[in-house]
Amino acid sequence: MAGIKRRTLDWIDERLGGGGSIEEFLRHKKVPLHRHTIWYYFGGMALFLFIIQVLTGILLLMYYRPTASGAFESVQFIVTQVKFGWLIRSIHSWSANLMILIVFIHMFSVFFMKAYRKPRELTWVSGMVLFFIVLAFGFSGYLLPWNTLAFFATKVGTDMAGFVPFIGGWIKVFLRGGNEVTGATLTRFFGFHVAVLPGLATLLLALHLLLVQRLGMSVPPGVEKKIKEGQEPERTMPFFPNFLLRDIMGWYGALGALGALAAIFPWELGTKANPFGSAPAGIHPEWYFLFMFQTLKYLPSKVFFIDGELVGLMLFGLAGALWVLIPFLDYKAGFGRTTRFFTGLGIFVLGYIIVLSGLAIF
Amino acid sequence: MAFMLWGFSAALAAPPKDSCVTCHLQLPGQYGQPAKLFPSDVHQQAGLTCADCHGGDPNDDSMNAMSPAKGFRGVPAKAQIPAFCGRCHSDPSYMRKFNPSLRTDQLSEYLTSVHGKRLKQGDTKVAVCVDCHSVHDIRSPSDTRAPVYPTHVADTCARCHADANYMKGYKIPTNQYALYKKSVHAAALAGGDISAPTCTTCHGNHGATPPGVNSVASVCGTCHVMNQQLFEKSPHGAAFAKMGLPGCVQCHSNHEIVKPEDSWVGTNPKAVCVTCHVKGDNGYKTAEAIAGGINKLKTTYQNADEVLNKAEQSGMEVSSARVELTSAHSDLIKARVVVHSFNATDVLKVTSQGVATSRKAQEEGIAALHERDYRRKGLAIALIAIVIAISGLYLKVRKMERS
Repeated sequence: MAGIKRRTLDWIDERLGGGGSIEEFLRHKKVPLHRHTIWYYFGGMALFLFIIQVLTGILLLMYYRPTASGAFESVQFIVTQVKFGWLIRSIHSWSANLMILIVFIHMFSVFFMKAYRKPRELTWVSGMVLFFIVLAFGFSGYLLPWNTLAFFATKVGTDMAGFVPFIGGWIKVFLRGGNEVTGATLTRFFGFHVAVLPGLATLLLALHLLLVQRLGMSVPPGVEKKIKEGQEPERTMPFFPNFLLRDIMGWYGALGALGALAAIFPWELGTKANPFGSAPAGIHPEWYFLFMFQTLKYLPSKVFFIDGELVGLMLFGLAGALWVLIPFLDYKAGFGRTTRFFTGLGIFVLGYIIVLSGLAIF
Repeated sequence: MAFMLWGFSAALAAPPKDSCVTCHLQLPGQYGQPAKLFPSDVHQQAGLTCADCHGGDPNDDSMNAMSPAKGFRGVPAKAQIPAFCGRCHSDPSYMRKFNPSLRTDQLSEYLTSVHGKRLKQGDTKVAVCVDCHSVHDIRSPSDTRAPVYPTHVADTCARCHADANYMKGYKIPTNQYALYKKSVHAAALAGGDISAPTCTTCHGNHGATPPGVNSVASVCGTCHVMNQQLFEKSPHGAAFAKMGLPGCVQCHSNHEIVKPEDSWVGTNPKAVCVTCHVKGDNGYKTAEAIAGGINKLKTTYQNADEVLNKAEQSGMEVSSARVELTSAHSDLIKARVVVHSFNATDVLKVTSQGVATSRKAQEEGIAALHERDYRRKGLAIALIAIVIAISGLYLKVRKMERS
């Protein structure tokens, strides 16, 4: 057995050329061990859920039809007639939501551990772009079953794009494939969801993982300081197999949770979208957009002669851009100087998202 | 010069002088009231003035404005009011100027009504135009504030017809309004359905007359078309006519038309059938068969609905079965209409179709519940396997790190 393993690794090493063997690479990759190590698992968990999305998405593609007349019926067929179709569809929907939640946790854990500081600025930026891609996956995938709720939520969402100054109208038409949400929008969203976004996500993911690989895992400034001052020993854990086995334990747990959610709370299909019908009462976007939705509700229709929606969009656009540029704004963190302002800002943003989402739900 | 021009143009734009309004606005009580009310009147909004109805000269500031020489007609006596209003409202060429689609047969209809006939006989207690439409603040019937707007009609009629003292001597009941208020029609109207029947829907408005025994079914049939057609062709249609019984009213009452229940059909003590039919006769047997069919459909429908609700609450996709069950519910509604044929075969044909559809939907619901249980069992097995795998990994990591 050991002989086969040895020969296989040698075979691969030979074909990969110079630069050290895989075994050596795996043996040397270390994960810092301290009281915040648990947050390192969320990146791997997000990657695992992304893989689940890809696999279940491919299976759904075998039956899904991206047309206004066939989309709803094809999903209905998948969940009622296709063997284990209900499981695949429910896991795809639950896993998408779980992935977004995990990505949120991963992002804030990186923020609070100041893992974005020099020299990992690009890791943060690539992660943020991935975060926006994940949200775009959620937005485009939401419409695909072509049910009433998704139809009107997409209508509201794409209407919002129309408020962007100068190019808003063009963006709206580009997203919708016309002036209204129609079958053309569905086909377009399908294209984004299964081709454009996965392509971009794969590229960004490769870059993100490469950067993590090259730069290693960041140790929080507080822990780093204590290590430097000799108050705490520098402890690590081998990535392979110790960290990976723990990762796999978490993935098994996620798989069990997804299975339980799919079996006990199958993802609802709703009723088929009727473009001529009236919007149902209490229409709202997916939970991860609720904080923005609620903010727009609180904004007056006009703020100093500017449309309230436009003001909201500009504020969120500006906040998003600043969030992406955090490593450059908080550059002092790279020199071991932590500023309370940025930690406070993170707490404010997290609190804002939780409170506003809660207000929208209850 | 500019001031002169301004004064000139202001004079041109000023409303024409109306001495009636100018003087009457200053008068107290009943003399001042018309001038105060008139701005809210539909006639004023159409550009008419006091003089258009009452005659006289609105340009004359003196009392001569109200001289017969100037065409002053004054206040009409109650008996003259229909003709007074009819001068314009019965003139199609005049009315066309204001609203080409407005009816002009109100006066001729009124003269055929009980109100009109009695007025002709000298009874001035009966309703004339202003009693229902009000006076000097007359609003369009489509104005929600008008006393003849559908939601106010019953209250307007009740002002006289529910007043036992006022109606003394007419030998007609005064409880119609109280009974109507309990009816399904009043509830629909109160619920916002302004097409729901009110007094004038059945009795007519300007030609208000009680529908006779023979015309009752026709009145109800203007809305309940199928029920009327089936009833007329049924054995009851001819028999009721022969006995002089009013059709619909016999079972459903007239003003107090409450929501019918399925228990009204059959041989139970609440059933209306047993008021005439006795055990052993054909009608009794038919009633028994019809009630049996409807109850069977109701029971199977309710069972299927319960199963589908349970499946839906478990998150199962049963929308196609739900659609099938909707058609069973339509059969139940259809059967309730076909009851008016009083033909058991016809009713059972509809109910048995609904029963079969309900059963099919129920089977689909049961299959969905079995599928749910199967999934949960599968989940339990998968979770056991996952827990074993996690435990194995945990032990492996522990062992590895200890060594």
